[in-house]
Amino acid sequence: MTPSVLQVENLTKRYGEVEAVRGISFQVAEGEVFGLLGPNGAGKTSTVEILEGLRDADGGSVSVCGYDPKTQSGELKHQIGAALQATALPEKLKVIEALHLFAGFYKRRRNPEDLLKRFGLVEKRTAFYGQLSGGQKQRLALAIALINDPKVVFLDEPTAGLDPQVRREIYDIIEELRRDKKTIVLTTHYIEEAERLCDRVAIVDHGQIIAQGTPRELKQASADKTRIEVRLAREESEENLRALEGVSDCRTLNGSYVLHCQRPPQAIVSLVKHLEAESNELVSLEISTPSLEDVFIELTGRRLRD
Amino acid sequence: MRVRLALRNKMFFFFSVVMPLGFFFLYAAVFAKGIPRAVASLLGPVLALNVMGSFWGLSATLVTFREQGILRRFHVTPATATDMLVSSILANYVLTLPTVITELLLARFVFHVPSLGNLGSVLLLVSIGTISFGSLGLVIASVTNTMQETQVLNQLLWLPLIFLSGATIPFTYLSSLVQQIALFLPATYLVSGLKRAIVDNYGPTKLLLILGSLTAWFLLTLFLSSQLFRWEPEARIARKAKLYVAATAIPFLLLGIWENKYGRVIAQEKVAVERLDEADRAERRARQKDQKPDASAPNQDDSDQKR
Repeated sequence: MTPSVLQVENLTKRYGEVEAVRGISFQVAEGEVFGLLGPNGAGKTSTVEILEGLRDADGGSVSVCGYDPKTQSGELKHQIGAALQATALPEKLKVIEALHLFAGFYKRRRNPEDLLKRFGLVEKRTAFYGQLSGGQKQRLALAIALINDPKVVFLDEPTAGLDPQVRREIYDIIEELRRDKKTIVLTTHYIEEAERLCDRVAIVDHGQIIAQGTPRELKQASADKTRIEVRLAREESEENLRALEGVSDCRTLNGSYVLHCQRPPQAIVSLVKHLEAESNELVSLEISTPSLEDVFIELTGRRLRD
Repeated sequence: MRVRLALRNKMFFFFSVVMPLGFFFLYAAVFAKGIPRAVASLLGPVLALNVMGSFWGLSATLVTFREQGILRRFHVTPATATDMLVSSILANYVLTLPTVITELLLARFVFHVPSLGNLGSVLLLVSIGTISFGSLGLVIASVTNTMQETQVLNQLLWLPLIFLSGATIPFTYLSSLVQQIALFLPATYLVSGLKRAIVDNYGPTKLLLILGSLTAWFLLTLFLSSQLFRWEPEARIARKAKLYVAATAIPFLLLGIWENKYGRVIAQEKVAVERLDEADRAERRARQKDQKPDASAPNQDDSDQKR
């Protein structure tokens, strides 16, 4: 069994009246990519910042690479790398200077020139940070996160605010790190990111982990439930739709009705017959196989990005 | 990194090179009228203005770095608050020294000041002054949240420092009550110390009290700024911060009480002004003597008439 490099038990954190983290527990094995998936304000960033030693927890226990971030933050920081949610550097700092600057903080360091090549920044070697595009800045942030060849890398919303093309470039880089067996803790509110990049995912909402497992395991819980999203001309009651043959569950979501069913053809036929009988009309219908968003909706009744 | 970033910043050139040299020429060419003796007596205040300005740049840079989230990124590295503060102070010192040396060279070779006094004392005072006023800037950055607040606090501190210390208005022109208040300001001692080092050739041993007070002040402000240091833009200022900031006044509070009782700075300023006035009078007498005809030589017309 692969040893755990990170253990979190019953972590809590509050900011004044607000409980941002309410008893989160998880472990991350060496070489694993672990995702914290949840909407904005779920407590993902607060959790990761505690693991990085940027904030102190109010309760619970944390161990990262065998160190307590609260009492052994100096030693811990030599072992971790991080790309923060909004990494900012001085505008007039050159790319190569930034790498050398951060390399200087660590006992163990990689060759900045190698990282420039790896992250496709050779052409921007002497460019000022302020002249870089969003994607280039994020690549530099990832390069800096790896400058000390860390045991654990924290990536907090690594593709937030980037356009889809650039996001895919970043995914390619993270997949490369995954192939290199780097231990990565990733926070995101993008389903595709969690499904594509993570070995295991913890779904976080309102400061708690509501489900945890591999993406396949999590979707398996909904695997027998194909999702049919329908819009109707007139309102219908959830109970009536839930009672239809082939339908196991029905929820209202932003004016649509989301039906979960094990036998989609039967469910559709039942629905059409019911609507005819009620003189109602089907405006639109969408069928999809379960995704992590469905798992989130099933658990919370909300979309991930509401 | 700090030195490189400053050299790439146009504002740095204006505030750290153009303005100080501008002040130098204003003082030397206009106020001192290019007279070497007068330039020498104003060189101390000019250097002091340059040195005191350290706190502006440091406070602004630190607050900007915090506001923009740059400090936050450094917080994930093994760098400590003390590392950040000491590197800021050292970078500021490296950036200030060339302008100071330029001003000394201009005074010597352009305005023909015959002697720059005790250079060892001058460099010691400039060095300790730069790092101690720089450290003041770091304390300011620790208790302000935004650039606006920082600039307001900088102005509130800057005005008494320049107007009451003798750096702009000659110390002896101030009323006796204002002079007594000025004796509680670190700037007063920096200006006085530089004047004594340049004009009266005071060595470091004669300036021990001033050097010691500035050093104690630097160590206190550095310690406090490390205790109050905040990495995050939204981190709250500790309640005890105001008390700590007030504690930075202790070294010069004590020195001010001592100086008010024994009055050496005020007496030294008066003597220096009298010496300058006496030198001016002697020079005027010498010029008048050169212009008048010799009174002891016999009048040529009278001699001719007697014959």
